Amino acid sequence: MKKWIDIIAKRIFTVSGFVTSIVIVLIIAFLFAEAVGLFSQPIVEEGYVLALNKQNDVKDLSALEIKDIFDEEITNWKEVGGGDVPIKVFRLEDLDKIYTEAELGDEYQFAGDKIVEQVSGDPGMIAFVPESLVDGRTEINYIDDNTIPVSDVLLGVEWFPTATPSPIFGILPLISGTIWVSFFAILFALPFGLAVSIFLAEVANPRVSKILKPIIELLNGIPSVVYGFFGLAVIVPLLQRTFNLPVGESGLAGSIVLAIMALPTIITVAEDAMRNCPRTMREASLALGASKWQTIYKVVVPYSISGITSGVVLGIGRAIGETMAVLMVTGNAAVIPTSILEPLRTIPATIAAELGEAPAGGAHYQSLFLLGVILFFITLFINSCVEVVSARNRLKR
Amino acid sequence: MNKTTTLLVALLCSLHCATHAQRIKGSDTVLPLTQTLSEIYMNKHPEATITVTGGGSGVGISALLDGTTDIAMASRRIKFSEKMKLKQSKHEPCEVVVAYDALAVIVNPGNPVKQLTREQLEGIFRGKITNWKEVGGEDAKIIVYSRETSSGTYEFFKESVLHNKNYMSGVLSMPATGAIIQSVSQTRGAIGYVGLAYLNPMIKALAVSYDGGKNYVYPSVESAVAKEYPVVRPLYYYYDKANEAAVMPFIQYIESEEGQAETLKLGFIPR
Repeated sequence: MKKWIDIIAKRIFTVSGFVTSIVIVLIIAFLFAEAVGLFSQPIVEEGYVLALNKQNDVKDLSALEIKDIFDEEITNWKEVGGGDVPIKVFRLEDLDKIYTEAELGDEYQFAGDKIVEQVSGDPGMIAFVPESLVDGRTEINYIDDNTIPVSDVLLGVEWFPTATPSPIFGILPLISGTIWVSFFAILFALPFGLAVSIFLAEVANPRVSKILKPIIELLNGIPSVVYGFFGLAVIVPLLQRTFNLPVGESGLAGSIVLAIMALPTIITVAEDAMRNCPRTMREASLALGASKWQTIYKVVVPYSISGITSGVVLGIGRAIGETMAVLMVTGNAAVIPTSILEPLRTIPATIAAELGEAPAGGAHYQSLFLLGVILFFITLFINSCVEVVSARNRLKR
Repeated sequence: MNKTTTLLVALLCSLHCATHAQRIKGSDTVLPLTQTLSEIYMNKHPEATITVTGGGSGVGISALLDGTTDIAMASRRIKFSEKMKLKQSKHEPCEVVVAYDALAVIVNPGNPVKQLTREQLEGIFRGKITNWKEVGGEDAKIIVYSRETSSGTYEFFKESVLHNKNYMSGVLSMPATGAIIQSVSQTRGAIGYVGLAYLNPMIKALAVSYDGGKNYVYPSVESAVAKEYPVVRPLYYYYDKANEAAVMPFIQYIESEEGQAETLKLGFIPR
């Protein structure tokens, strides 16, 4: 009987272990598959083409050039390598204004002809129209339908995921925003977190720490939206007044909120690690004549350093992955931050704000998955750093 | 036994009713209006069943295309490409304007600027004008707040005020209207946009001119009803012409005097 229970338990553990690992691998594979799909998407929105007059010999336009043309920043074809002709922009919606329903036909069977008529009539025209309407027409030229280049995404500095005709997915502002805000959050949280955990584990009278610890742990249970709202209503105006800023929503507000959120994790884990320092070591140190403070920083902290680092890593993890609180206080401006007092936009906030409305399977959707993959690599990198650090500490000991 | 029969009868009845139910789907902006009006309508006509769901204008129109809804709500006009798809699949979309929704441009109450032209607004939201003194205010940086890209309000403002050009990349995007109001009320150099129904004393609305500065109109229900205020978007219902008889009673109720009075009560502009 006992033997059977043993065998069954073993089987159950093996199966659940395997299933969980496979599911995790599948999730990661799915994430990667979706993300890589972005680079096979065309520059121009899928199903649409950019049509040019026959005399116009421009073939290639980058997404940025297309955006600038439709924003009327670029107004002459010679700026993008064509002849000296002013650019005229034509959108499909303009068709309704020029022609009546009757002229277009009741199933829009004549719409293609009308588009060709418009485009052929003006040597500087660029028309953004559905592919199905002008399929196979040779009276007009088309912009080559290139796929989105990897360098435009990884090195791009502009994030316009819903721009038409050609969305722009430059992720540098988002990556730098995430790293910037997390870095400062940890910078604030680390000294305070360490101080509080040393106080709780070593200095405070047991009765005080019995009251304080549950209170700090309670902070962990507050939903992040509440932190976000607190940040927007209290921290943002406070920063604005203190630093006399034109705008209070800034990386600094985000870092402070994140630091407050990361504190309980850091404190709890670090304090537990310090409490695990054996009594014999402490007593040996004190017996050798070391003061209380010398014992703390020469014996207790070095002994529990790997526990402290894992507390810090969990804190960083919380900071980097945090969504709602950051979404509410950082202002979400997709520009590369030059100081911590400026608004910035983080990766998790972008995913949370945009995934709901991004059409499934489209370029925007896939770009958000790509952001997820990048977040995955950032955390992976931090985790490996910590592995290296704690491995080295173990060797030293 | 008796219980089971009752249950069965109830189930059959609900199934039967469901086949005669009207389904309305689409824009989240129109959703509260449709919900309230359909509840009143159902109270008056106990035989009618109307199910209302949101999801966005695009979702509603593609549901109309699939035939999974009877009426599509939209906070924007049907796109040319959507209309074409509907026509190609032998649907004849009919359009009804059920109400209007006005957008107000708001600033901090401490800001002396009272009015702006559309051109100035375009410059501000596209990052060409960055200081309030360029538009007659004090020497302070302009902080531009906008809604997230997923919002229909974002698209409408882009179309109406920016003439389809893109916002500047440094615009601060907020997840909700409430957050915009909170931020504008505590930031002196701020400018943003919200629906007319959200105006309150914490913020100041600007008069807007669409004719190059000749006439400035302050956003209010009266000016929007009088068709003077320019930043107004119609809210639409779309239905298939083949289905007209089934959907008409409810649409007629909305168009009736009583329906329009309810519309006004909800903070929308009646037709």
